[in-house]
Amino acid sequence: MEVDKGGGPDFGFFTSRLDKMIGWARKYSIFQYPFITACCGMEYMSVACAHYDIDRFGAGLPRFSPRQADVLFVVGTVSQKIAPVLLTVYEQMTSPKWVVAFGVCTCTGGFYDDYATVRGIDHIVPVDIYIPGCPPRPETVLNGLIMLQDKIQNQKQEI
Amino acid sequence: MPDPEWSKTLKKIQEQFGDHVIEMHNQLGQDTVVVSKSVIFELARLLRDDPELKYNYLMDLTAVDRYTRKPRFEVVYHFLSLEYNTRVRVKVPVGEPEPEVESLTPLWKIANWLERETYDMFGIKFRNHPDLRRLLLYPEFQGHPLRKDYPVTGRQPLVGPKDPQA
Repeated sequence: MEVDKGGGPDFGFFTSRLDKMIGWARKYSIFQYPFITACCGMEYMSVACAHYDIDRFGAGLPRFSPRQADVLFVVGTVSQKIAPVLLTVYEQMTSPKWVVAFGVCTCTGGFYDDYATVRGIDHIVPVDIYIPGCPPRPETVLNGLIMLQDKIQNQKQEI
Repeated sequence: MPDPEWSKTLKKIQEQFGDHVIEMHNQLGQDTVVVSKSVIFELARLLRDDPELKYNYLMDLTAVDRYTRKPRFEVVYHFLSLEYNTRVRVKVPVGEPEPEVESLTPLWKIANWLERETYDMFGIKFRNHPDLRRLLLYPEFQGHPLRKDYPVTGRQPLVGPKDPQA
């Protein structure tokens, strides 16, 4: 007796658009560069280590050279003195590249409304995802990471 | 006039530098001496080298901007004697327009960076300092941010928008 297999061909294939395909590949192979200047770094470590484990999202491998990284994690207060360094690091990264502002100091400067602190890193580099909190909970960071993956998936892919 | 409550430190300072002492008191067990700036180096040397005092540790060196008061600044030194477990705070009034005191770097190496920080934040100069540059801020920075007449949000960005309110 013959079983009806649904009439399809008996070899597997799927169709997709090149943009979607590249986005899918890129969003699960995030190589991040952690630019850590302050206390949020502790929270970043907690996210990166076993308890919250960002390797589940394909972002588990930090590169400590900006030339090998494609997501810049800016973690912690950025002072006016270190701002040129941040700009240099950003410029050294190869495209495509994304920037995550981790913690309220990087988003807006936080409560450091003074002569020394940059009022948000978007004065210096373009930011893709803002993760607020002082410091943000690891769950918030993971949420931000998922939002970044959505953004990478849905944007126009430059090759 | 020596007070019988005074510690040996205050008595010693009164004995050696009586003419230059502006004020001294012991409140809640804390010794404080205000002296004129001409004797600060010799006073610090006495505190460090006298076998009965042995203040061998310069814990802190900073300044206060009194702004409306004259003289405007006060340089504050905190000494600790590890030998006898005693502490003393020495204050030196310093006036404008050219606030300047003698550097303690020949006595304590740590004074080098502490004085650079004080110079950075208050613009007080230290005579005979080997390398009086800004410590925390960048060389392009204009003014001294911990002075009371410096605006709180007086930003001087190196990169990005130059608008100080940004």
